[in-house]
Amino acid sequence: MSAETLARWQFAITTVYHFFFVPVTIGLAILVASLQTAWVRSDQDKYLRLTKFFGKLFLINFALGVVTGIVQEFQFGMNWSAYSRFVGDIFGAPLALEGLLAFFLESTFLGLWIFGWDRLPKKLHLMTIWLAAIGSVLSAYFILAANSFMQNPVGFTFNDARGRAELTDFLALLTNPVVLVTFPHQIFGCLMVGGAFLAAVAGFHLLKGSEPSAASPQTVDSPAFQASKTRELSTDSGAGAAAGQGSEAHTWRTALKIGAVTLLVAGLGVLVTGDMQGKVMTQVQPMKMAAAEALYETEAPASFSVITIGTPDGQRELWSIKVPHLLSYLATGTFDGQVDGIRELQAAYEATYGPGSYAPNIPLTYWTFRWMIALGVAGMAAGAFLLWSIRRGRELRHRLWLPLLIALPLLPLFANSLGWIFTETGRQPWLVFGLLPTAAGVSPGTTIIEVLTSMITFTALYGGLAVIEVRLMLKYIRSGLPDTTPQPVDEGEDVPLEFAY
Amino acid sequence: MELTTVWFLLIAVLWIGYFVLEGFDFGVGMLIHVLGRNDRERRVVVNTIGPHFDGNEVWLITAGGATFAAFPEWYATLFSGFYLPLLLILVALIIRLVAIDYRSKRTDLVWRQRWDLAITVASAVPALLWGVAFGNILRGVPIDADAEYVGGFVNLLNPFALLTGLVTCSLFLTHGAVFVALKTDGVVRDRANSFAAKIGVLAAVLTVALALWLNLSHGSPVSWATTVVAAVGLLGGLAANRRGREGWAFVGTATAVAFLFITAFLVLFPNVMPSSLNPEWNLTISNASSTPYTLTIMTWAAAIFIPIVLAYQTWTYWVFRKRISVSSIRDDADRPEPARP
Repeated sequence: MSAETLARWQFAITTVYHFFFVPVTIGLAILVASLQTAWVRSDQDKYLRLTKFFGKLFLINFALGVVTGIVQEFQFGMNWSAYSRFVGDIFGAPLALEGLLAFFLESTFLGLWIFGWDRLPKKLHLMTIWLAAIGSVLSAYFILAANSFMQNPVGFTFNDARGRAELTDFLALLTNPVVLVTFPHQIFGCLMVGGAFLAAVAGFHLLKGSEPSAASPQTVDSPAFQASKTRELSTDSGAGAAAGQGSEAHTWRTALKIGAVTLLVAGLGVLVTGDMQGKVMTQVQPMKMAAAEALYETEAPASFSVITIGTPDGQRELWSIKVPHLLSYLATGTFDGQVDGIRELQAAYEATYGPGSYAPNIPLTYWTFRWMIALGVAGMAAGAFLLWSIRRGRELRHRLWLPLLIALPLLPLFANSLGWIFTETGRQPWLVFGLLPTAAGVSPGTTIIEVLTSMITFTALYGGLAVIEVRLMLKYIRSGLPDTTPQPVDEGEDVPLEFAY
Repeated sequence: MELTTVWFLLIAVLWIGYFVLEGFDFGVGMLIHVLGRNDRERRVVVNTIGPHFDGNEVWLITAGGATFAAFPEWYATLFSGFYLPLLLILVALIIRLVAIDYRSKRTDLVWRQRWDLAITVASAVPALLWGVAFGNILRGVPIDADAEYVGGFVNLLNPFALLTGLVTCSLFLTHGAVFVALKTDGVVRDRANSFAAKIGVLAAVLTVALALWLNLSHGSPVSWATTVVAAVGLLGGLAANRRGREGWAFVGTATAVAFLFITAFLVLFPNVMPSSLNPEWNLTISNASSTPYTLTIMTWAAAIFIPIVLAYQTWTYWVFRKRISVSSIRDDADRPEPARP
């Protein structure tokens, strides 16, 4: 294996891993901010309890998103120094702006939000979570603008003397047609994950609550859980139930509905923007569209294969299910449009860039493209089914709900991963499309031992952290809604911090 | 002033901001066990930086991003060249942040003790290694005609760089102890106070040794002057600490950290990474920089947003200005741990 292959693997591992946390962070940031807004506006206790409950889960996830993001910031320099020299003039700016405009906002105001419950006025405190959420969305824009340059270089000139690309039009960089469609596609994708997460966790508690042995002692392991149970009993029996405070089940039903509706609406957004994205992609990276369909020969009209069984190299098909005209529509917006095939594009690229292979790994792009769509749609279907199943006070009872609820947030999450694997591998063999081949971007001075060391280190560390985080997440999911009644304070003592590490 | 000079200054500002702020974070992290003898006390120590450490770390991310944007050659050579130390720093930063976030997420004392150990080690590693890295940048490293670092790992472990590492480590310990004394009350405050007095002497001796070494080999009148300011800051801070004037003590140690790095950047200018092989191969603010167009855009962004960031980060310190003590922390650990004397 060469240092290049290892560097690519390392980038793939660290980035795909980092991106498990990003959609959850962005999706939940917006949803938690919305729940808190609902509380501030309606003063209903259920929204406060949901804000605090999902806020905690959000923070457990956020921590890993941040730390894995630090690696991303420095990995370009470590393993891809030739790339860094080549595009630094262009690529560095959005990265620096991401730190300056987005990450400062996100981290600083999140710190204020976490510790500010008892320090800030209600509305100011609400503002802090919104600013953190805005920070996370802004960071998405900048990093997508940077990535979009790699897919479709705009606003630059090539400086022969220095052998690098140089920025000439910053506005063009920020309004790259690719980023304009990728950004909404990604934000909707994040909201799908956030919504599915909300719905699944709420569904899990509804399922648990409908079991006869709901209060069995084996789950009672935290004070928060006990407190919430006592509270539930008291509110259910009517003793001490304040106006506007629903029962535990009622609160979970609200969360489930908010989550499922978010999932469905965001899913529609993903479909619409994904369709727009396909057309932009066909214009700027026709090879990627051809690779998405494994379309070797140019077709007009072109059909979309839902599933294909072919030879292992994907060059010849043995059996398939096809939807006529669909690929033409996805690529061009008309049902009879021509879609260029891989062989024709290969010939055209050879004429432009010289000899070499200009097609990505076709089976990989073909299947990631399909699985992305399939998992996303399956997530929407599961969300719709869940919503339908609790209509008019119906309860979740069947034990098959548990696996479905576990799968629910994973479906859109993995669809996110697959979409990115498709986008990034579909760009190959280019690092910057048409400008810099991937092989030319690696650090010339770094040794295989160094790259191998860092790859093994990060993989092992990330694996360990995944185990810790999932366990912690499950513990806090199980512990249920927190108690939000103010704690009695002894006279003369300092008021304990509402939250502390 | 030329744009490349402006950006040299701005990168210096970002790194100095990072070291002044995360410097005390590292110090606090290293001192958990020294200043906190049981879980509740250790939580007091950790929570002095609780609302701030995440925001402080963004100074590093922004410094990295800004270096990439303004001096791509510097970014590329530095991070591909200092590969293994940077890897260690990254691993430490990852573990440290997760450890602070997760330590109190379970009531299990063993869980908490493990994370506290992780916080201590993972704070010490970057506190030491950032110094080693900057020591090497100042000293000059083998960089060839293609701006590639060709020195290997062992070359980075030279006496000058190691001394710089010890200086940052001891200085951050002092800075962190003074910060804890400023932010707490009761027994933790007293311990922080007396620890700062002791470690401060070591930091002062090491800093003076490094400053003499640096200025005698590369110094200019200005760098001598900034060195004196750093020394006065540190000694003044220690004097204030002795009198229990923690606010002034913190100003003193912050000045020491800031002016130590101001001195370093002054000595470096106009190079960003000198080559020890051939001065012609030095990376300088001219041959490592981006185009004037990119630098202009970035200058506007920095001029508008750095003050805004400073304003809201300062506000967070104002919001959480109240001292915390053991009574600020709910005792929620599984079994009570006897306080050691």
